[in-house]
Amino acid sequence: MPSLLGRKLGMSGLFSDDGVYLPCTLIEAGPCTVLQVKNNETDGYDALQLGFGHRKDVNLNQPMRGHLEKAKASAPAVVSEFRTFDDPEYTPGDVINVGDIFEAGDVVNVTGTSKGKGFQGVVKRYGFRGVGGRTHGQHNRERAPGSIGQSSTSSRVFKGTRMGGRTGGKQSTVRSIQVLAVIQDENLIVVKGSVPGAINSIVEINKN
Amino acid sequence: MNAIDNLTQQVIERTQASRASRNNGEQVEIPNFRPGDVVNVAVRVIEGGKERIQNFEGIVLSRRGSGVSETFMVRKVSNGVGVERIFPVHSPIIQSIKIVREGRVRRAKLYYLRQLSSRAVRSKTT
Repeated sequence: MPSLLGRKLGMSGLFSDDGVYLPCTLIEAGPCTVLQVKNNETDGYDALQLGFGHRKDVNLNQPMRGHLEKAKASAPAVVSEFRTFDDPEYTPGDVINVGDIFEAGDVVNVTGTSKGKGFQGVVKRYGFRGVGGRTHGQHNRERAPGSIGQSSTSSRVFKGTRMGGRTGGKQSTVRSIQVLAVIQDENLIVVKGSVPGAINSIVEINKN
Repeated sequence: MNAIDNLTQQVIERTQASRASRNNGEQVEIPNFRPGDVVNVAVRVIEGGKERIQNFEGIVLSRRGSGVSETFMVRKVSNGVGVERIFPVHSPIIQSIKIVREGRVRRAKLYYLRQLSSRAVRSKTT
């Protein structure tokens, strides 16, 4: 189950051969440099540390500089660890391109940070339906959460009760979306449908 | 945004190529039609594994969207029943679009024509 880091570029659409319009998202995926290979003996678990993008050399701290020196890698914008690679064998310094692991027709999961939506009520945040209508003497109940608990038995609101609050800006994954195309020389991957996050945000693509 | 523009361009070119391949290799010119025009849209239909061209002729009520997702709405009256179809401009199922009659209208969206009689529609669009 290989993975790659990428940057969301935005959405467009394609037509299938029988004329069906398929909305799609473009992701600039890779090339990612292998920075470290972790294994069970030395680190307690198997993982691959990948770097993606570019950062100015002056913006590196000394520990990071030393770490990159081992892989002979240039400064990446983001570094992330993946425990999903089972084969093949990689060594620090290897470069992984989109074409190496993905092809059109693959099914992938895409993880990103969803757009921040600020303080939202329960209707938007949890899909509550609100309490009631506009008529029959009601006002201001249309988007209300309704009851949040019992009466004197318990006399409190349970922890975890769903209420309004900060929404979005959290990690989110879309599962099992189809890869429509891989454009190797531009490091692009085109997936069907939408992907969490704003344009230019960093996403992880995991093959199912 | 450049990569997206590139992809849009590629999709449009692929549709043009697929239209040309059914037209003895000649490019199919899509005219710059507008709301109010009467157009003839040649649609490819696949029936029982066979492909044929079906024509849909009617008045353009609206055009909306941009790039790959641009669509237009065509209305015709068939056996006394109004029929409206929405086509993506760059869809490969459209083989050609021909302007039958140009219309002169004062609005970009002609939804009000639905309420008019066919004679009133003619007077509003000429």
